[in-house]
Amino acid sequence: MQHTALADQTLELHDPRSFVTKYIWSQDHKVIAIQYGLTAVFVGLVALALSALMRLQLGFPDTFDFITPGAYLQFVTMHGMIMVIYLLTALLLGGFGNYLIPLMVGARDMVFPYMNMLSFWVYLLSVLILLASFFVPGGPTGAGWTLYPPQAILEGTPGVDWGIVLMLVSLAVFIVAFTMGGLNYVTTVLQARTRGMTLMRMPLTIWGIFTATILGLLAFPALLVSAIMMLLDKLAGTSFFMPALVSLGESLEYTGGSPVLFQHLFWFFGHPEVYIVALPAFGMVSDVLACHARKNIFGYRMMVWAIVFIGALSFVVWAHHMYVSGMHPAFGFFFATTTLIIAVPTAIKVYNWVLTLWRGNIHLRVPMLFAIGFIFTFVHGGLTGLFLGNVTIDLPLSDTYFVVAHFHMVMGVSPIMVLFAAIYHWYPLMTGRMLNEGLGKAHFWLTFLGTYAIYLPMHYLGFLGVPRRYFAISGTEFIPESAMSLNASITVSALIVGASQLLFLVNVFWSLRHGERAPRNPWGATSLEWQTPDVPPHHGNWGPQLPAVYRWAYDYSVPGADQDFIPQNHPVSDDERSNAPGGPA
Amino acid sequence: MFLKAKRLTALALGPVLMLLGLYSASTAAADAKVNEINMPPGVTNVGQSIFDLHMTIFWICVIIGVLVFGVMFYSIYYHRKSRGVTPATFHESTKVEIAWTVVPFFILIAMAVPATSTLLEIYDFEDAEMDVLITGYQWKWKYEYINEDGENVAFFSNLRTPQSEIYNTADKGEHYLLEVDEPLVIPVDTKVRFLVTANDVIHAWWVPELAVKKDAIPGFINETWTQATEEGVYRGQCAELCGKDHGFMPVVVNVVSKQEYAEWMAAKQAEAAEIKQLMAQTFSMDELMERGKGVYDRSCAACHGANGEGGLGKAIADSPIATGDMAGHLEVGINGVPGTAMQAFGGQLNDVDMAAVITYQRNAFGNNMGDMVQPIDVFNHKKG
Repeated sequence: MQHTALADQTLELHDPRSFVTKYIWSQDHKVIAIQYGLTAVFVGLVALALSALMRLQLGFPDTFDFITPGAYLQFVTMHGMIMVIYLLTALLLGGFGNYLIPLMVGARDMVFPYMNMLSFWVYLLSVLILLASFFVPGGPTGAGWTLYPPQAILEGTPGVDWGIVLMLVSLAVFIVAFTMGGLNYVTTVLQARTRGMTLMRMPLTIWGIFTATILGLLAFPALLVSAIMMLLDKLAGTSFFMPALVSLGESLEYTGGSPVLFQHLFWFFGHPEVYIVALPAFGMVSDVLACHARKNIFGYRMMVWAIVFIGALSFVVWAHHMYVSGMHPAFGFFFATTTLIIAVPTAIKVYNWVLTLWRGNIHLRVPMLFAIGFIFTFVHGGLTGLFLGNVTIDLPLSDTYFVVAHFHMVMGVSPIMVLFAAIYHWYPLMTGRMLNEGLGKAHFWLTFLGTYAIYLPMHYLGFLGVPRRYFAISGTEFIPESAMSLNASITVSALIVGASQLLFLVNVFWSLRHGERAPRNPWGATSLEWQTPDVPPHHGNWGPQLPAVYRWAYDYSVPGADQDFIPQNHPVSDDERSNAPGGPA
Repeated sequence: MFLKAKRLTALALGPVLMLLGLYSASTAAADAKVNEINMPPGVTNVGQSIFDLHMTIFWICVIIGVLVFGVMFYSIYYHRKSRGVTPATFHESTKVEIAWTVVPFFILIAMAVPATSTLLEIYDFEDAEMDVLITGYQWKWKYEYINEDGENVAFFSNLRTPQSEIYNTADKGEHYLLEVDEPLVIPVDTKVRFLVTANDVIHAWWVPELAVKKDAIPGFINETWTQATEEGVYRGQCAELCGKDHGFMPVVVNVVSKQEYAEWMAAKQAEAAEIKQLMAQTFSMDELMERGKGVYDRSCAACHGANGEGGLGKAIADSPIATGDMAGHLEVGINGVPGTAMQAFGGQLNDVDMAAVITYQRNAFGNNMGDMVQPIDVFNHKKG
């Protein structure tokens, strides 16, 4: 590959010389990744605080006077939108995508470093616009994270003057940032892999991030146009999504638009978004599991194809979010079928993870605990999807707490489990220090068990018919006394889980200075990111010579090798064979 | 350890409460209406099919869960590092992977077949015996019986729970937030088709025990139906976020015998005919004041106070509107005040009631305008 040879010669790397170019206007993918990560975690904490407020209202109603029905909906909306877009998408792709792609494929940096820097600053701008909506008259929008018109832009919904406008503008700006980052990730994976790093030798982390980024590049435009069209409806009086209607006694000038069109556009983005979050998590968890089980991933090729297949299918299932919006039964049947077919490649992935654990040499260190925790929560959330994917069973369950429980398990808790696994796993690489193992274990058990204490009872609330996005659910005969106590216990658990994240923050900041110094490759991992000349890697990652790759990323416990892992850049010799399918390449 | 104890409490709380729920459910009287841990099958055949499907999938999930989690627990326990095992090196098995693709596929088909027949049943609107048009408003429902022979009957159905219960200055009643001033009435054992739409934003009309949930979308008319097999009062709620009072627009459906329904409908039609006749009449001050007091107590007192002293809404006593120009007063009553909680009552009250209540407001609570509004004045004001 010619570009690799060229990169070898480029020893003048334009190293940043001042604090400002090194840490603020940085073009180094590792610094940008950490900027992305810190920003995402910060807004994530805001969203966590909002969820605590929601739970306080639900668990102990009539206790907090400042939580009005309108304020409650504002908390719901901002919590959802921040968690899905500004935390999960940004942290998984902007954070881990940025950090890991160049290191794992053996590149010096992203292909377009300047654009990468811009991507972060535009993302930061979108976050600031979003947070500004807390301080404008009327506060943030309370339209729900789905922002369904007409209510999103009409009187009767909180934040209708400023909040919704800032939300839509912020989303549009975020998508600009994502597109700049996303094009970079895709191009880097396709063009900047080092010698010997064929596509089928890439770690599954890269496959997950790569496929998710392509999904994002195809899906976010649908959200962008809906945001722009709704802004026009709101500010310029167009009627894309607005039929003729009478709002609170006032006949408005809109005419002829379709609220259902917005739902289609939104979910055409919204469903792939689930996999934009899930696929990087699938990839990273595969690598963490294999490394800490000291065993190659089972069925690597199948895992790759499952990722690609899930990504493709995710574009033809969107209307399963709209079963009760009214659709022809033939469409209901079609979308139910495609939805359930996604269960097949997903089930393959779960089985392969389980078989990777089977007869391994399982080291139950903190990253592994979180990775196993992910399999539990993900299987759990996936199974409840079988209920909701069926048009008929969705009828009683849609818009109830069952849905809330389902999506929190499958795309809230599960990716967050992987994010924690990834942070505990790669923190030594990023900082040169280990995180504290004891604090980490306490953090894991509190989070994992707490999660079940929160979401398991919610399934029952859903069965009972408790609707979601309701300010006041206490005192109604829908909810028997026993369920009301359950409801209070959910709140207590949520507060404990929320507070236990402080353990994590303390661990991260304390270990930065006082953590045990990390050995070069503390987990004995095979992939390239641990083979840099310096830990943490310096600007340009590799020193004068780019690494060459001779084997796949899963040569753990190879018979005849002197260690229980062989790095990808280790040449193949006769007595150390590779476990890779088809033998040493 | 402090943290551990806290965690254990949290952990124990959930299951213990769940068991308590089971216990209280089993000891409750046999006619207890609420099944405390599962979905209610309701009182329709469709609801029963959905419930059966739900249970089938539930058991499939239990089996899958036990198998997957079982293998994981086994691996984590027996293949952990401290047992000093040598890890295996197998990496692929075409046979196993084909099996893993095919088996879930067949499980899915096994679930899809009964689901599809229920789906077709849900969408079968043929031979509905009567139609009701349901329109969602922020934040109430309007029901309109479409009668091919005879008068259409239409009315609004508002939340009846008083503000005092919501803001906890009074004890919460039995049907807190699930009670309305005028419920929908339908006959038992009759296939009723609902045409569902909305006037302003998207709502969803949902009654769990009647197995009906359908979005009410402005500009669209959705169809759904039910056929209740048992008489009773069934309660539901709005299921699609529709603004700040989303949680305050319940649905109540009275399923009554066919006989009772016919009587109720006849009375409603007679009432409608009577109103039509009253519209042409001229009323005396006493008649208007008497009727107006009734309307005021039903429709105005919740916000404006039983004695016009104000509350959520402005005071009526001594108000510049009620003691000012008559046309201005009519305008507020009929078209509301945009951007405030004062709704447009023109579509909710008939012209006789509107005339009466405006007259009442101008001549009660110490207001003493001495003027009267007749139904014809309301009609003319509406016409512009």
